[in-house]
Amino acid sequence: MSLQIEVDQKQVQRARQAAGRITREIQDYIDRHTTDTIERTVARFFGIDGTDGEGVPLPNIVVDNIHRSGQLGRGAALLIGRAMAYHDLDAQEVAEAVSRGAVDLGKVPARFEDEGREIAAKLAAEATATATARRREREAWLKRCPSGPPPLLYVIVATGNIYEDVIQAQSAARQGADIVAVIRTTGQSLLDYVPYGVVGGGFGGTYATQEHFRIMRRALDEVSAETGRYIRLVNYCSGLCMPEIAAMGALERLDMMLNDAMYGVLFRDINMRRTFVDQFLSRVVNAYAGVIINTGEDNYMTTSDPVQHGHTVLASQFINEAFAGRAGLQPWQIGLGHVFCMDPALPDGLLYDLAQAALTRAVFPDCTLKYMPQTRYKTGDIFASYAIDVLHNLTSVTTGQNITLLGMLTEAIHTPYLQDRYLAVANARYVLRAAGHLGSELVVRPDGRIAARARQVLDGAVAMLDQVDKAGLIAALEQGLFAGIRRRRDAGKGGEGVVERRPDYFNPILDRMLAENRVAVNGGDPE
Amino acid sequence: MTGSSKAQPKPAHQTEALAVRTGADIPGRPAAPAEIADPGNLMARRDRVRVRPYGDTWDDGAVQISFTLPVAAGPAGQEAARQLVAKMGFDDVKVVAQQDLGGGFAMFVVYGKTEETVDLSLIEVPRPRFDVLEFDRLNEYVRDRIGRKLVVVGACTGTDAHTIGLDAIMNIKGYAGHHGLESYPEIEAHNLGSQVANEALVARAMDLEADALLVSQVVTEKDIHIPNLTQLVEMLEAEGYRDEIVLICGGPRISHELAVELGFDAGFGPGTLPPEVASFIAQEVVRRGLA
Repeated sequence: MSLQIEVDQKQVQRARQAAGRITREIQDYIDRHTTDTIERTVARFFGIDGTDGEGVPLPNIVVDNIHRSGQLGRGAALLIGRAMAYHDLDAQEVAEAVSRGAVDLGKVPARFEDEGREIAAKLAAEATATATARRREREAWLKRCPSGPPPLLYVIVATGNIYEDVIQAQSAARQGADIVAVIRTTGQSLLDYVPYGVVGGGFGGTYATQEHFRIMRRALDEVSAETGRYIRLVNYCSGLCMPEIAAMGALERLDMMLNDAMYGVLFRDINMRRTFVDQFLSRVVNAYAGVIINTGEDNYMTTSDPVQHGHTVLASQFINEAFAGRAGLQPWQIGLGHVFCMDPALPDGLLYDLAQAALTRAVFPDCTLKYMPQTRYKTGDIFASYAIDVLHNLTSVTTGQNITLLGMLTEAIHTPYLQDRYLAVANARYVLRAAGHLGSELVVRPDGRIAARARQVLDGAVAMLDQVDKAGLIAALEQGLFAGIRRRRDAGKGGEGVVERRPDYFNPILDRMLAENRVAVNGGDPE
Repeated sequence: MTGSSKAQPKPAHQTEALAVRTGADIPGRPAAPAEIADPGNLMARRDRVRVRPYGDTWDDGAVQISFTLPVAAGPAGQEAARQLVAKMGFDDVKVVAQQDLGGGFAMFVVYGKTEETVDLSLIEVPRPRFDVLEFDRLNEYVRDRIGRKLVVVGACTGTDAHTIGLDAIMNIKGYAGHHGLESYPEIEAHNLGSQVANEALVARAMDLEADALLVSQVVTEKDIHIPNLTQLVEMLEAEGYRDEIVLICGGPRISHELAVELGFDAGFGPGTLPPEVASFIAQEVVRRGLA
């Protein structure tokens, strides 16, 4: 039991209904479009991997070839399947032939289309079976090596070198971290392809590649077996390749994915239509793979004022929840991000943070809440920073957060050192031990500051969602209602990769996964 | 004895033969032993030529260090840490904590004393030269001396998505009680936000006929900001626009010295306030006759 806070359920219901309407309008658009990266995702699930002689990934070669033929709106599955039938090759061989210029996917006789669809459907069945097998593996791991009580301790590694990351991650896991995220190199989100193989040279993070996923998965499994605690692996389904990264995660048993419906639009200036369409398939895949997504609302507080705009975090969480539900993610798979963010100079700042954290818990009782640490007001004073993290951990355990991302005392200086992560884990374990039952012992005064702040945030979120509902989400983004950032509907990166689906659009990966996601409404929680 | 533990005499080797106050003038306290140095008095006489760290005994040179070694915790690890710090030149080295991190690593917290000193009189920190004009005076200065609005364009460039510093200077809300450039009636401020390519920034600045360009760089891991800032200067020079504008960069790891070295007019570090940036821009525009 955690710190309970009374919420006006009518207001919560009103917010949820508004979020439902807001996302329905966007979903209509999503269901009529596809993108380059969505079709590359299909190619990846069909087994197309590797690069051409110049390092261009074959999924890109294949989809660019289809895009140029003007037939992307029919779906890569059909065109790849058709070519496989016509040329009597497997998917990888087709891709290699395209890269040599020996095959043009747009120029295959129409009589091979029925057979092509059959072949593609079969490949999709195999691919989803592999994703399911990975999911069962995770469930078996969790049975053998269960997690400790919440909150799970989440740390990041970000050396730029996957082998160095392994050293750092294994050390953190042995010290008590439950979740390891490999931060991506600055700027990967803006690449319209996923790099291949082992790649060095990242800064502020490490390139996300399927080979890197494999290397880190193996390393963490080793520590899971050693410690008897399953160590979860996280990467980033964000940027211009959201669904492709989801596919790679599904195939390599990643457990969590940073995966926000609007983050790319706001913080990476990615075209909003591209992001909306991409996030959908990425979430369908994550839902199917049993992955917990992490939304990115905490980022709002890095650009707008936490006291004034706390309600925008809650409003965005409702929207993320609604989008996630439409992709088939179950509440336990919806990891809503929020943050311990008040200015340390603000009197009663801890009360504001407790109010928002307890409110989030009360509004989303079944979601997996991910509580982020202070970063905004960290300056390089490692001692003050360590003190701030104590209060972050205290708020997290008191308000029943499921995941706590550990603050680093060296935030704002460098990516964490080995010892920084140890100190963060030690800090969290101390607070969790010392204050484990604090939340269930305390009662929030209904007429006090915490309750008043929670009401203010909820009312603000409801008012904002009403406003977004009236304007439409796209217009709201243009007006800068989220994070104070304005984005125009036709601007931003990657808009040229959005294509209207044709009536015969065929995507057996999406169809299969979405069908099963819907069936599994109440099932599947391995925890 | 009624004196606190602070009044305990220090070991002889840590005390200095400087002027002392006996404490006899404090009513109700017994006189302290004569060899205790009074920090207040020491402060007044402090040496600007031989400056060294101060722990709890004047001029003790006390330094704290922490690091990780690829060695498991234990007597050998502890001794390794001690020897390492001794090799760094510290005396009186004490390994006060060691913590095994698993996998054959251990963290150490070490104290040592340094004999080294620095001469403050020889230190020169390059700083941009200008007078800080507060809000009203700055607006007045621009009206009187420039006679039109100053156009300022700001951006986080390259892959940097951290706008906190840029926003502190540009946004109306500002920073530490000082409103940002957007709030100045005599400044036309354009905040282009995060991840702006240098090409786009130069094009926009020329389009707006900017008087000043403000570039914020927060992500500086592995010195990624250096090539990015250098490229901007090169592009401006190639366009023949560099001399037409005041070029400024800022960020937690930016110093004026570095900025000047890279070809900027000024660099501003953490804690810089909007009126400082505004004052520099206005006075630099006047000084260089760019108005």
